[in-house]
Amino acid sequence: MDIVNVTNLKKTYGDFAAVNGVDFSIGQGEIFGFLGPNGAGKTSTINMMIGLAKPTEGTIIIKGIDVRKQVKKAQSIMGIVPDESNLYDELDGFENLCFCASLYGMRKEERESKAKQLLDEFRLTEAGKRPFKAYSKGMRRKLVIAAGIIHSPQILFLDEPTTGIDIESARQIRELIVELKNQGTTVFITTHYIEDAERICDRIAFIVSGKIIAIGSIPELMESISHGYMIRLSAEESIMKYAADLQARFEGCNIKASQNNSLVLASQNRIPLLPVIQYFDEKGVSIYEARQLSPTLEDVFVKVTGIEAEKLEKEKEKGVAGK
Amino acid sequence: MKSWIAFWSILKKDIQNYYLKPPNISWGIIFPLSWTLMQFIRSGSLNIIEFLPGLMSMSILFGTTSMLAVTITFERKGRSFERLLLAPISLNTMVLAKITGAVLFGILNAFIPAAVAAFFADLTGVNWGVVLLAVCLISITSTLLGLLIAVSAKEVFEAQTFSNFFRFPMLFLCGLFIPIHELPAFFRLLSYCLPLTYGTDILNGAIAQTNTMPSLLCIPVLLAFAVFLFVICRYNINRKWIL
Ligand SMILES: Nc1ncnc2c1ncn2[C@@H]1O[C@H](COP(=O)(O)OP(=O)(O)OP(=O)(O)O)[C@@H](O)[C@H]1O
Ligand SMILES: [Mg+2]
Repeated sequence: MDIVNVTNLKKTYGDFAAVNGVDFSIGQGEIFGFLGPNGAGKTSTINMMIGLAKPTEGTIIIKGIDVRKQVKKAQSIMGIVPDESNLYDELDGFENLCFCASLYGMRKEERESKAKQLLDEFRLTEAGKRPFKAYSKGMRRKLVIAAGIIHSPQILFLDEPTTGIDIESARQIRELIVELKNQGTTVFITTHYIEDAERICDRIAFIVSGKIIAIGSIPELMESISHGYMIRLSAEESIMKYAADLQARFEGCNIKASQNNSLVLASQNRIPLLPVIQYFDEKGVSIYEARQLSPTLEDVFVKVTGIEAEKLEKEKEKGVAGK
Repeated sequence: MKSWIAFWSILKKDIQNYYLKPPNISWGIIFPLSWTLMQFIRSGSLNIIEFLPGLMSMSILFGTTSMLAVTITFERKGRSFERLLLAPISLNTMVLAKITGAVLFGILNAFIPAAVAAFFADLTGVNWGVVLLAVCLISITSTLLGLLIAVSAKEVFEAQTFSNFFRFPMLFLCGLFIPIHELPAFFRLLSYCLPLTYGTDILNGAIAQTNTMPSLLCIPVLLAFAVFLFVICRYNINRKWIL
């Protein structure tokens, strides 16, 4: 069953279309990832879904509630983790959590016990007594996430939860997201990190320049690029010089250069290994590794968006450093 | 019920965090007191009873407007204000919670000069019930005016500048220290467009019996101003802050 239905969503600023007609739906209990480069329209989409920005066009239905008509009702089942930490600097961690819980109508005992429990889970119990402004970036991020889930929302929106924090904290956050999913929470997450998306998302949409250019589960996306079969051979010496000869000998095989001492055979059909190895054996070259390559989400991304994945992540690092 | 929990929580946090911060104290208390001292030194003597209503109005005006510049503009800048916009409470409840702190602060500010004056003058003839009512109404309308300014400003300093642009002229236009009938005709017209004129007039009547309009007329006018300002503020917030 779908918990979110977005149709023909558009947002224009002046005559610039930040979000240019996106459609997608999210199933109950799913982790749905929005993956795209800087300025693709990820935050703009989230902001419209949570009621912080007014759509220029389109509809957003969350759990049967039309967000454009009954935004407060929809907000009561949402948890929101924005891209920037937006808690109160002068309050300490515990007070911040209690305050956020109170906005959702939680009573004093309930919010205090939940705040303690979350601080504990996020290993922030000690920091809970310090003012938010004294927190490190990773601690801030974690507290903002805790504040987003304290009222046990049915759907959680996370805008780049792992950007700018260390590997260990990022891993903790991913585990937490999966844990929430296991408890039945639906998660909408935007990210720059293909790996993050690949690890935890059930379904992913690639968004570029305000448009969704591919959407589906990871296997579905993989299929979409009809990769065929690929084998990488590695030797102790340069084997590139045999490429043309190999191609002539093995029909339907496409030889691609890899690094100096290796090459990649690609084919629409399965590639039997023995003849290939025998071929090299005849040439007096010993192959010490033959490995089947499966496409990664990164390949899919590069293929459908034409954007180099590394560039995507570097861009963000720059953005963070510049802030 | 849930809305009440949120309402109290917002109000409590604002009071604890912002009430006693230096800019508010200086604008709401130190400024009116130095003003009094200046008047006293200049004229050598001071009719405290006649001076008090204007001073009380001034304390409220400066107290409430600077309070909102901080609670709203500052939180907008730090983006924590988004949390309030995203909370499942109506915009009305949220705006009310935000202004109630400032209104209370304004009321408190008004009674500081009154308490000081009690040491130097005989205040037994004062109708305190009416004073309290007027103080509340002035506080509400000034707070809403402050909110209107805060909605238009992006930075704290902008809000402070805008509000000075309004509140200093109001010192002279609203009959606080210069009787309105002494103003040139054009300015007099302006005076009657400002809620503070009516509030100060009620105070003048209740404290020094120097009112120029019947208080029974001023009260509904102030209430109408309050509703009008609230509606514009709400409309502007919805238009400007939810992009
Ligand atoms: N308030 C605004 N006024 C004008 N343009 C805006 C506004 N907000 C966003 N934009 C533009 O809309 C586009 C999409 O921005 P958005 O923040 O949604 O991107 P994003 O995918 O979240 O990017 P990032 O990865 O950097 O967070 C950008 O080109 C941005 O400049
Ligand atoms: Mg963004």
